[in-house]
Amino acid sequence: MATVLRDSSVLDREPKLGGRGPDIVEPPARRGGDGDGAPHYRDRRRRYRLGMIVGMAAIVMFFVSLTSAYVVRQGMPNWDYKTQRYVNDWVSLKVPGILWINTLLLLLSSLTMELARRRTIERANTAQQFGIDNELKTTPWLGITAILGIGFIAGQAIAWKDLTAQGIFFSTNPSSSFFYLLTISHGLHLLGGVLALLYASVTTVLKRPLETKAVVVDVTALYWHFMDGLWIYIFALLLIMK
Amino acid sequence: MDAQPNAAHGHTEAHAHAAPTGFIRKYIFSLDHKVIGIQYFFLALVSVFIGMALSVLMRIHLIWPEANLPFFGHLKPETYLTLLTMHGTFMVFFVLTTAPQSGFGNYVLPIQIGAPDMAFPVLNMLSFWTTFVAFVVMVAAFFVEGGAPLHGWTGYAPLSALQSAGPGEGLGADLWIISIAIFCAASLMGALNFITTILDLRAKGMTLMRLPLTCWTWFVTAMLGLLAFGVLLSAGILLLLDRNVGTSFFVPAGLVLSGTVVKHNGGSPLLWQHLFWFFGHPEVYIAILPGMGVASQLLSTFSRKPIFGYRAMVYAILGIAILGFLVWGHHMFVSGMSPYLGFSFSIMTMAIGVPSAIKTFNWLGTMWGGRIRFQSPMLFAIGFVSLFVSGGLSGPFLAQPALDIQLHDTYFVVAHFHLIMGVAAIFGIFAGTYYWFPKMFGRMMNERLAQIHFFFSFIGTYAIFMPMHYLGMAGHPRRYSQLSEVSYLHGLMPLQKFISIVAFITIAAQVIFVFNLFWSMFKGKKAGDNPWEATTLEWTVPSPPPHDNFAGKIPVVNHGPYEYSVPGAPKDYVMQTDPAGAVTAAH
Amino acid sequence: MGLVLLVVVWLITLISTYYFAVDKWHMLPLASRHGAAMDSWFHVTYIVVGVVFLAAQLALGYVVWKSRDRSGARVTYSHGNTKLEVLWTVLTAIIFVGLNLAGSSIWAESRFQGAGTNAVQVEVTGLQFAWYFRYPGPDGKFGRIKPELIDASVNNAVGIDDADPASKDDITVGTLVLPVNREAELTLRSQDVIHSLFIPAMRFKQDAVPGLMIHMHFTPTKTGEYEIACAELCGLGHYKMHGMLRVVSQDEYDKWIAQREAEKQQ
Repeated sequence: MATVLRDSSVLDREPKLGGRGPDIVEPPARRGGDGDGAPHYRDRRRRYRLGMIVGMAAIVMFFVSLTSAYVVRQGMPNWDYKTQRYVNDWVSLKVPGILWINTLLLLLSSLTMELARRRTIERANTAQQFGIDNELKTTPWLGITAILGIGFIAGQAIAWKDLTAQGIFFSTNPSSSFFYLLTISHGLHLLGGVLALLYASVTTVLKRPLETKAVVVDVTALYWHFMDGLWIYIFALLLIMK
Repeated sequence: MDAQPNAAHGHTEAHAHAAPTGFIRKYIFSLDHKVIGIQYFFLALVSVFIGMALSVLMRIHLIWPEANLPFFGHLKPETYLTLLTMHGTFMVFFVLTTAPQSGFGNYVLPIQIGAPDMAFPVLNMLSFWTTFVAFVVMVAAFFVEGGAPLHGWTGYAPLSALQSAGPGEGLGADLWIISIAIFCAASLMGALNFITTILDLRAKGMTLMRLPLTCWTWFVTAMLGLLAFGVLLSAGILLLLDRNVGTSFFVPAGLVLSGTVVKHNGGSPLLWQHLFWFFGHPEVYIAILPGMGVASQLLSTFSRKPIFGYRAMVYAILGIAILGFLVWGHHMFVSGMSPYLGFSFSIMTMAIGVPSAIKTFNWLGTMWGGRIRFQSPMLFAIGFVSLFVSGGLSGPFLAQPALDIQLHDTYFVVAHFHLIMGVAAIFGIFAGTYYWFPKMFGRMMNERLAQIHFFFSFIGTYAIFMPMHYLGMAGHPRRYSQLSEVSYLHGLMPLQKFISIVAFITIAAQVIFVFNLFWSMFKGKKAGDNPWEATTLEWTVPSPPPHDNFAGKIPVVNHGPYEYSVPGAPKDYVMQTDPAGAVTAAH
Repeated sequence: MGLVLLVVVWLITLISTYYFAVDKWHMLPLASRHGAAMDSWFHVTYIVVGVVFLAAQLALGYVVWKSRDRSGARVTYSHGNTKLEVLWTVLTAIIFVGLNLAGSSIWAESRFQGAGTNAVQVEVTGLQFAWYFRYPGPDGKFGRIKPELIDASVNNAVGIDDADPASKDDITVGTLVLPVNREAELTLRSQDVIHSLFIPAMRFKQDAVPGLMIHMHFTPTKTGEYEIACAELCGLGHYKMHGMLRVVSQDEYDKWIAQREAEKQQ
C-alpha cells in the first residue's frame, strides 16, 4: 500500500530531488589526495572556507548581542530619585576624528588583502598543475596588509589615548563604555587576523607546502574582509546612533 | 603531486592517517575524535558526581536545616544557595551541554557519516582542553575567599553584578563568569567543527536525508550553540565589567547595599535577563535534542522497524530549533517586561509544543507493530519518551502567563525542568552509553545490572520530581534554603522529606551504573562488530574501531538508516552499506 | 519485560494523576477577584493536559507491551503515514495554541489595563531582606526618596526625604493593610537586588526591580491574614523575606490609617 510519504529507499534510486542539483543531495565530491593522507588542496580550501564562514556566524552573534545591549541602554529611561521621574542618562560621545583615517587604512588593507589572496591562489594553482612555483618578485601584498592592519590598531590606540586625555574612560558614561567595548572587541578580533597573516608570511621559512600558505591566505582574506565589514558597521553605529 | 581522480572505492583520505604513538599523543593530546569523545564523556561523568553530591547536601539541608554534618558542619543559608548555584551550573554546562553533544557526538558522528575524523582534529583537541580549563576555573570558585557565588545558575543582576550583594559574590562570582566565558569559547569551537564536518565530510551516498537522526540532532544542536553562545559570552563580559570596572550595563542608580549607596548609574537588570535567556532557552534545547536523536535511533533499532515519519522528524527538529530562539521571554512574564511582549512569547511557547508532540507521536508510531527487544538501551529510550511527555506537559501551565503568575519561581518550575533536563536528557545519556559502550570498548555492559539501574532510576526520578509539582501548586517558592520562616510551607515538610529520602536512594543506585561501566570495560563479555544488529555505519566497523575508523576503506552508502524488517530482505535489517537493490519496493 | 514496563508506567501515571485530581496539596484558598478566573482556567488546563498525559503514557505502556517481540510476530514495514502526521499536527496546534488564546483574556485583564481611580495606593519596597509598605496619606502623593537617607535605626528604612512636603503624611509600615473589596494599586520598587512580591492567596506575583517603578493592581475579596513570600532569589535571606497582608473592612482600614497618621504627627 503506497504511502504518500516516500520511504528513503525509494529516494535512494532518485539522484535528484525536485529539481535540486546533485550538490545539495550528494555530499561534496572529493578528489584524490596527495598520498600523505590529507585531503586534496582544493578540498582543504573548501573545508577551511566553510569552517571560517561558520565561525563568522558566531562572531556576528556576539556583535549582534552587543548591538542590542547598546540600543536598549541608549533608549532606556531610568528612575531618577531627584526628579521623581524616568530620565534618560545617555550622553553622546564625540567620536575621535582619527577613526576616519583608521577606516581608510582598513579599507585599503582589504584591497591589498584581496590582491595577496589572488596572487597566492594563482601561484598555488600553477604549482598544482605544472609542479612549478612561479614566484616572481612581485609586490609583497601580504606584508603590506599586515602593516596596514597594525596601522589600524595603532590608530585605534591613538583614539583611545585621545579619549582618556579628555577624561573619558571605560566607565565614565554608558556611551563611552560601549565605545571602548565595541572598538576593543573588534580590535582584538582583527589582531587575530594580523597574527594569521604573519603566520602565512613565514610559511615558506617554516618549510610548509605552498598549498598550506594558499589555504591560510584564502581563509584569512575571508576573515579580513569580514573584519572590514564589521568595522564599517560598528563605525556607522557609533556615528549614527549616538 | 598531481591531482588523482578519486577512486570511488575510497582509499584516498584515510590512506596514511597514521595512528599516533606514545601515551601523551594517544590519550592526552589526542587528535582522534574517539579519544576526545571519551575525554568529554569522563569530564561529564566527574561533573555529574559533583552535581549529585551538591544536590545531596541540598536535600539534607532542606529537611534537616539544623543538622551538623560530618566534615561540612552546620550548613548556613548562604551555603545552601552556593550549593544550588553550582549544582545548576555544573549540571547544565558540564554535564548536559557536554556529554550528549561533545561526548557522544564527537565519538559517533564521524563514523556514522563515513568520515575518518572530524573536519578539524586539532581544533577538536583544543575545544576539549579549553572545556577542561573552564571546568578547573569553575571548581576553583569553591576554594577562593568568599567561596562560590550564590546567585543561581541564572546569575540575575544586580545580585550577580555587585560584589557586596552577598557572600561568594566576590572573587567566586568573577571566576564563575570567567569559567562560563571560557566554556562559551570551547563550545563555539566545537559547534564550528560539527557543522563543517556534517556539511563537508559525508561519505558518498550519505545524503542529508539518509543521515541517522542522531546526526541531525548533533547538526542542529551545533547550530543552536553557534548562534547562542556568542550572546552568553557578551553578557558575561558586560557583567564582568559591571562588577570590576564600574560600568553600568545592568546596575541602575540609587542602590543601597549594607548602608552604602552604590555608585552605578542607569543600567537595566532586565537587560541581563534578556541576554541571558536569549542564550538560555536555546541552551535547554541543546541539552535535549541529542537525547531525542538517540531515542529515535534506539526506538527504531530495537523495535526492528523504520522510524515513523523520518522527514517529519527532521522538520520537527528544525522547528524546535528555530522556535527555540523565539520564546526566551517566557522566563520573564512577571519580570517587569511589557505584558504585550509576554503575550507574544507565550503564543510562540505553546507553538513549540507542536513539534515536540509530533516527535512523541512518531516514537509511539515507530514502536507500534514492531518486535521490541527490551535490551538495556531500549529500556532507557522508552523511559526517555515517558519522562519527556511528563516534563513537557507541565509546559502548557507555565507557558500561559496568567497561570505562570502563580507558578513562576516555585517548585513547579523545578519539577518541569528537572523532568525534562535532569531526567529525560540524562536517560538519553544512559541510553547512549549502554548502546555505544560495546563499540567504544569492545565489550558489553552487564544486562542484569543495567535493568536494576533502569528500574531504580525510572521509578526513583519520578518519585523525586512528580511531587515537586504539588509543592509548586501549593505555593512553595524555589531557592529557599529552609521552610521554617513561611507558615504555609510547614505543612509541606512531609512531602519534602519524602522527596529527599527517595533522592538519596536513587542517587545511591547510580553506583550500580558506575560500577557496571568500569567493571565492563575490563571484564565485560566481548562484543562483535554489531551486537545490536543495527543498520548505521558505526556497526560496520570493528569494536573498537581502528584509528581512522574505516581502515582506509571509506564506505559508500546505498540505503537510509532505518531499513529494518524490509519485506523480502534476507535478514531483518539492511545496513546502510549493503548493496543497492537489497531493499525492494515495499509497496 | 513488556508487561513489567506497562505496569510500571501505568502505575506511575495513575498514582500521579490521582494526587493531581484530589488536590491534596492545594493552592491557598482564593481571596482575590481576578484570581477566580485564574483558578477556573487552571482547572481547564488541568483537564486538557491531564487527558493528554493519561492518553500518552497509557498508550506508551500499551504499545510497549503489545509490540513486544514474540514468536510469530510480524513487523509492519512502514516509513510513516503522512495523513496521520498532518492530522495530529493540526490537532495539537489547535489544542495548544487554542488553549493559550482562550485563556489570554485573563492575562489581559490584570495586566493590560491600569488600576482604577479609586484604588488604594501603596508603594512597596523590597530590600535585603524585608518588605516595606508606604501609604501616601491624605495628600495622595508619595514624598521623594533619597537613597543616602536610608537608615533603619532612625526608622527610615526606605529613605524618605523629609524636606519634601509631600513626605509629611507618608506612613511606612512592615505589614500591608488593605480594605476588602476595594482595588489596591501597588507600586513595586527595590532598593538593592531583584525581589518578587508573592501573595499566593491573592494569586499575585510581581518582581520588584531596582531602577523601575512597576504598577500592579488586584482586589482582595475576603478579610483575613495572608502571607507574603519573596519569589526571586535575592541573597542569603531570601527564605526569610516574609511579610504579611491584612485585609480588613473599609472602616477598620480608615481607622488604622487615621491612627498611623496621628502617631506620625506626634
